[in-house]
Amino acid sequence: MSPGAATNGHAPIEETHTSELLRIATAGSVDDGKSTLIGRLLYDSKQILSDQLEHVMETSERRGDGYLNLALLTDGLRAEREQGITIDVAYRYFQTARRKFIIADTPGHEQYTRNMVTGASTADLSVVLVDARKGVSVQTRRHSFIASLLRIPHVVVCVNKMDLVGYDQAVFDKIVEELTDWAARLDLTDVSFIPISALHGDNVVERSNEMPWYDDAPLLYHLEHVVIAPDRNLADVRFPVQWVTRPMSQEHHDYRGYAGQVAGGVLRPGSEVVVLPSAQRSRIEAIDTYEGEVDAAFPNMSVTLRLADQLDISRGDMIVEADDQPTTARELDAIVCWMDDKPMQPGGRYSIKHTTRSGRAIIGEIEHRVDVNTLEHVPAEQLGLNEIGRVVLRSSTPLMVDRYRRNRTTGSFILIDESTNDTVGAGMIQGAR
Amino acid sequence: MPTSYHLTHLRTLESEAIHVMREVVAEFERPVLLFSGGKDSIVLLRLAEKAFRPAPFPFPVMHVDTGHNFPEAIEYRDRRVDELGVRLIVASVEDSIRAGRVVEETGPRASRNGLQTVTLLDAINEHRFDAAFGGARRDEERARAKERILSFRNEFGQWEPQNQRPELWNLYNGRLRRDEHARVFPISNWTELDVWQYISEEKLAVPSIYFSHPRQVFRRDGMLYAHSEFVQLIEGEQPFQESVRYRTVGDMTCTGAVASEATTLDAVVAEIAATRITERGETRADDRVTEAAMEDRKREGYF
Ligand SMILES: Nc1nc2c(ncn2[C@@H]2O[C@H](COP(=O)(O)OP(=O)(O)O)[C@@H](O)[C@H]2O)c(=O)[nH]1
Repeated sequence: MSPGAATNGHAPIEETHTSELLRIATAGSVDDGKSTLIGRLLYDSKQILSDQLEHVMETSERRGDGYLNLALLTDGLRAEREQGITIDVAYRYFQTARRKFIIADTPGHEQYTRNMVTGASTADLSVVLVDARKGVSVQTRRHSFIASLLRIPHVVVCVNKMDLVGYDQAVFDKIVEELTDWAARLDLTDVSFIPISALHGDNVVERSNEMPWYDDAPLLYHLEHVVIAPDRNLADVRFPVQWVTRPMSQEHHDYRGYAGQVAGGVLRPGSEVVVLPSAQRSRIEAIDTYEGEVDAAFPNMSVTLRLADQLDISRGDMIVEADDQPTTARELDAIVCWMDDKPMQPGGRYSIKHTTRSGRAIIGEIEHRVDVNTLEHVPAEQLGLNEIGRVVLRSSTPLMVDRYRRNRTTGSFILIDESTNDTVGAGMIQGAR
Repeated sequence: MPTSYHLTHLRTLESEAIHVMREVVAEFERPVLLFSGGKDSIVLLRLAEKAFRPAPFPFPVMHVDTGHNFPEAIEYRDRRVDELGVRLIVASVEDSIRAGRVVEETGPRASRNGLQTVTLLDAINEHRFDAAFGGARRDEERARAKERILSFRNEFGQWEPQNQRPELWNLYNGRLRRDEHARVFPISNWTELDVWQYISEEKLAVPSIYFSHPRQVFRRDGMLYAHSEFVQLIEGEQPFQESVRYRTVGDMTCTGAVASEATTLDAVVAEIAATRITERGETRADDRVTEAAMEDRKREGYF
């Protein structure tokens, strides 16, 4: 494990200026080797700096681990170090010449489903860990289910601890076969499998010499090359208005701009648009940024739109294209992951936040709960902490929605308990009534 | 699919930060931006300009001045604030000491770093700010790696790491309980290298101490500190001249310098890209005390 063994150093600066961002969510049960794997990725890509390494060496020694315990790199809070577990979502960063990576590292136990859902909500890719000795477990099924539920476009299953099964191809193949069936049921579209040893570094950054039968790329190569651009919705123009910019200064006396982050589609000056929910029509006059006007705005850009007409538009409205509109509805079918100790019940009232629009929501009926381990639909009177179910809810204000599978931004919402102000539910819209 | 509909990682991070700032301005009543003249808050200020242009950003900036700041950073702060024509509030640790809110530490290792927390919380109360933008990043330190972008502080200003709201998609829950306030970290997902690359792309000016300059320093616990009237030398410590620069701009008493010949932004970026030591590990005495030093300070209400 000499640091010199790595090939993937810091990126040349010129290249990182054009590199892409990839958000990764990791899930694995306790002891599958998740922390070791992340430590290995950071270490072999030379993102671990010498004072962090020194700290890990000291602590490994003090604890009598007998090896460089890379798992120690990722424990952030005192309670986590004391209990030797990851409690919360932790974010890690590393960079290679091609990409910058953000890892949302979440604990894998069922009691942390809500943390997994949180980490998964923004991820482009999910790394699911399986212990080669144990094979596909209930946890593995749950982790891949969450990836599919949150519609993480890419899943990489790392079959870890291959060193402990003699790097045996048969063990790997059996896991691949079992999970391939499961993935088909889950409607996961892009699933890859990589046999690794996080501890020894096989197939993490470097191709393994121990597994000549595996002729695909190691994990890091996969992370650097997986194609993510088409994952965005460039078809349906969706622009939730965040803030109305009115300088009212001498210089910009009549300026009125609608600031927001593009949630879908490509906006262009000249496009005919409709403002929802009022259905007023206008045309995009200009798309402003700090650098000046631009001729296109696409997903995730934060810009300010000017329209040709003086309309009454405020935060929470949505600007869309006339011939391709979202559904405006008050009654929604949604899958909700519950995140609070106090269960969700029919009749429950919450505050709802969908894009930049807030209102109140009443839970109608709970159609069923999903057993996250078997995918079975179970009748349910309520949804408890970490439970996931399908519900009908009614909003006080019309919401402009798309199905979650069509657009992760206009298809999602959160529920807030008005007495505690806690975020208590995460919802994925399945349809409108 | 035209490849031009593509944001680089820096522009993605920028856009996310602007989104956060606009959400907070829309949902809170009295935000403030904490501005120290350091590189992270320099980036924040630029993001604020971008988020609300062509209007001026709709909040004041505040600096918690320990009285032991680098004069170069204070000059930079004043210049930048003038350029932008924004209102600057200076919350002074000196005043907190005079008012008896905190007691000055003594001895050669005395620092006002810890005292800042009281000054900061007092100022937030006095001005009834309900949200304070800060430039903390998750790559800085392990407790920070666990902190939310909107981080709530209770009536005592304390952070409760076990009790954080989940943050899903780009939906932020900005509702406050009575007497709570929020710290907001729009550049949570940026690394030190991202910050420097952004400064370089945006051609932002930074205080001169970020570049190599000759300075009288002394060595303590393996770090180089500025020799100044604010620090008493311990026996055996000898000031000497060295070419140094700073990686962070904090209180002079606890911010270490690094030996460096980097005199341009490009040279600084190259140096950061090649460094083998973390920013805080190399330059911050305050984090070296215990494994959980930052977590403990944050729990008390620190930045
Ligand atoms: N032999 C072997 N042990 C491993 C491997 N990956 C992790 N481990 C060990 O498995 C245990 C749990 O790993 P850790 O990374 O803490 O698991 P986590 O709970 O998923 O984060 C530790 O003792 C690791 O050293 C591997 O590839 N091979």
